[in-house]
Amino acid sequence: MAKGRRIVSISETAGADGMLAMLKHKGVSRREFLRFCAVIGATLAVPVEMVGKIADALASVRRPPVIWLEFQDCAGCTESFLRASRPTVAEIVLDLLSVDYHETIMAAAGRQAEEAREATIKTGGHLVIVEGSIPIKDGGLYCCVGGRTAMEILSEATRGAAAVIAVGNCAAFGGLAAAEPNPTGAVGVRDLVKGVPVINLPGCPVNAINITATVVHYLTFKSLPELDAWGRPLFAYGKRIHDNCERRAHFDAGQFVEAWGDEGHRKGWCLYKMGCKGPETYSNCPTVRWNEGINWPVGAGHGCVGCTQPGFWDTMTPFYRRLPTVPGFSVESTADKIGLGLAAAAAVGVAAHAVASSVRRKTKGTEES
Amino acid sequence: MPRVVIDPVTRIEGHLRIEAEVSGRNVASAWSSGTMFRGLETILKGRDPRDAWLFTQRICGVCTTVHAICSVRAVEDALGIQIPPNARMIRNIIEGIQYVQDHVIHFYHLHALDWVDIVKALDADPAKTSQLAQSISDWPKSSAAYFKGVKERVQAFVKSGQLGPFANAYWGHPAYKLPPEANLMAVAHYLEALEWQREVIKAHAILGGKNPHLQTYLVGGMSCPVDPNSQAGLNADSIAYLKELFAKAKEFVEKVYLPDVLAVAPFYLDWAKVGEGLGNFLSFGDFPLTDTKSSDDPGDLFLPRGVILNRDLKTVHPVDQKKVAEYVTHSWYSYEDDKKSKHPWEGETRPNYTGPKPPYKYLNVDGKYSWLKAPRYDDKAVEVGPLARMLVAYAAGHPRVKHWIDAVLAKLRVGPEALFSTLGRTAARCIETVVIAEQLIPWTDELAANISKGDLRIHEQKHWEPSTWPKEAEGWGWTEAPRGALGHWVRIKDGKIENYQCIVPTTWNASPRDASGQPGAYEAALVGTPVADPEKPLEILRTIHSFDPCIACAVHMVEPRGRKTFYISGC
Repeated sequence: MAKGRRIVSISETAGADGMLAMLKHKGVSRREFLRFCAVIGATLAVPVEMVGKIADALASVRRPPVIWLEFQDCAGCTESFLRASRPTVAEIVLDLLSVDYHETIMAAAGRQAEEAREATIKTGGHLVIVEGSIPIKDGGLYCCVGGRTAMEILSEATRGAAAVIAVGNCAAFGGLAAAEPNPTGAVGVRDLVKGVPVINLPGCPVNAINITATVVHYLTFKSLPELDAWGRPLFAYGKRIHDNCERRAHFDAGQFVEAWGDEGHRKGWCLYKMGCKGPETYSNCPTVRWNEGINWPVGAGHGCVGCTQPGFWDTMTPFYRRLPTVPGFSVESTADKIGLGLAAAAAVGVAAHAVASSVRRKTKGTEES
Repeated sequence: MPRVVIDPVTRIEGHLRIEAEVSGRNVASAWSSGTMFRGLETILKGRDPRDAWLFTQRICGVCTTVHAICSVRAVEDALGIQIPPNARMIRNIIEGIQYVQDHVIHFYHLHALDWVDIVKALDADPAKTSQLAQSISDWPKSSAAYFKGVKERVQAFVKSGQLGPFANAYWGHPAYKLPPEANLMAVAHYLEALEWQREVIKAHAILGGKNPHLQTYLVGGMSCPVDPNSQAGLNADSIAYLKELFAKAKEFVEKVYLPDVLAVAPFYLDWAKVGEGLGNFLSFGDFPLTDTKSSDDPGDLFLPRGVILNRDLKTVHPVDQKKVAEYVTHSWYSYEDDKKSKHPWEGETRPNYTGPKPPYKYLNVDGKYSWLKAPRYDDKAVEVGPLARMLVAYAAGHPRVKHWIDAVLAKLRVGPEALFSTLGRTAARCIETVVIAEQLIPWTDELAANISKGDLRIHEQKHWEPSTWPKEAEGWGWTEAPRGALGHWVRIKDGKIENYQCIVPTTWNASPRDASGQPGAYEAALVGTPVADPEKPLEILRTIHSFDPCIACAVHMVEPRGRKTFYISGC
């Protein structure tokens, strides 16, 4: 350290404090720590008695090394990660992991940065977090770091890794760069990485709470969370936005925003007619919300754009065109079950709602509830 | 001449490569290369222009608001839309807190480690650190016990043996000049800024639903309703919350960020003579204070529009967007004639990768060497960013800018010429943050006053439906992103995007050479930069970071047509 040249690997470290001792140095009380564990537990939807187990797991763990790779990205998921909720939580998360390589925040640059990455890979057993898509067209030359292609770096970094977490829609499904006509042949991590578990945490950007919850799940249960067909953890992507939406009652009552800034808009009515993609989108946005639970897009008055879904830049656009049909009202439906075909009954149901909304026009100045 | 290569340049947004030739102990020549691109302008073709802001916003997640606002302005300019006053004010507030938060993150988390040696902080005396902190500011977190806690925290981190993002850096480099106590104070503020940025950006969640990538912009206004009598709109409670956050923002900027810059600068005054660069500056201006519908006539702007040439602060030239054009002479694209430049509305781009086949050691800098084009204004290379904005405002006699620039220059006992430097760029960013942080609460009050008059409009509904649009339209959008002048140029035909081009701050600053060999701002600024140890080019990072690079923004995307040629560069 004194000369700044030596990289210390985990196997070399000794006598390091446990998490709680380190947190004590940081002025984090046991009570605050347990509160953090409770938040994570709630996000993971585990029973309350599991919170103690989470705390035990975190208090004793050595920080797993992490390599965070950025390819065809915008750094939005990195920024989101920096906004992890509750003031002490991001600090804890930063200390929960040992982020050995992250271009946006690391002090070292150039050769020294590359060496830090290589040292961690050599040790193995690390977590790889990927942000941004990977271009594979023309030999992958559309994204190079240190004179090497993203494809080559990804393949090297994931060899011997414990798991890979693809954060954001780009790393999960190709995202923005893969939108039609996908000029650079951009793909997501799962298209390239085989033999290592890959967890997708889509979103544009990913919500920080889903990163922390996934990591804590892994550390606590020594296993990966259960995933849906798209590789997304069910605890975060298991339910439709439409089924948990705070405006759902207005949908059921046939009360829709008809123009930006109209009375229905000001009163928080349903945004379905303004193009909201909540009925086809699986995410915990309505329950965990964003930026420490302050708000979420629908709460702020704009429709969901479906950013946790594969191919949303093509399948959900134009963003302001209303969905032709809305799946039925059963909350048992998961993304896997619904698939592409929609029940005729559902279509009839939505048509009925649209009719209802024109029938139940509000009389001026009174709020219908 | 030995060639120094820095790739990846870290603590920036995106993928940047710098190659520099060092003669003796100074940079003789430098080349800047963007090494990633995605294809956005191609992807946008044929789509609904009202969707464009969501796509372009994803150009960058650090300056997350700027491409959204630029995009809606471009489409509004094309369709002749004047947005309601509430929407204008909300956009200003969103952008204002973006500046303040982004600049602070830049200083502490992206730039500070070029000047602050974390390892030396371990030698600091907490009591002396407390004296130092209290001598420069009345920020309450300044007791000896507090700094002792920070020091112990750093010690525990080092003792853990897992240095994470702080491993393998240039600690102990002779160019680090701060005493241990200043290093410890800076480390404490690095950690505090991490907490602070998360807190103040909640303003974006209030007005935009989330951050990063807010989701309440609309062509024609905003989608966040205002209604004092509803819990679903912006009401007294949300206004009060915004003001509370803005008070926190202003306090940190005035009591931590500015005093830190003023405390650190005297140890690095030789950097007021390094990293000058081009001497030409461009600002599109921003924060409209009146309501208009034309990008060429934006009305009163809080930060003025203008061009400064050859460091002449006596003259502010007007801006004409028609004078903007891009070269591809040294970029991996081809025009019909690579020696000529093109205006973005002409927007013809074909990829032509002639670089070395990866993995490569060096670029062929005599040929094409970057995915960035070379934008020029009236055929001149210009610098954009906080320094450009502050100089244009200073030259135009902006009272608050003048007040703060004069105060900082007096405090550091230097003249205005010190602004043309790496240190000047870093100081200008801080001054700008102070100036904008002062405005956030008054702008919020102004919004509240307008709402209380009964004006609840947030959207110009007349032009929402494409059936109301002309068959063909073209427009340009503008904004001053935290990193500098940003423009989007759009052509609309039959309700769809026919052509979309962005010219982005970092494209201006990080551009390669043009047809006549004029370097871009980074390349010019690096010439003469001292390099004590070519193996540890800390000084090069200082100058590059002073621009706050954002490369994902800067890379044009093109239509992959035509044959690509590859050859292995001979170096």
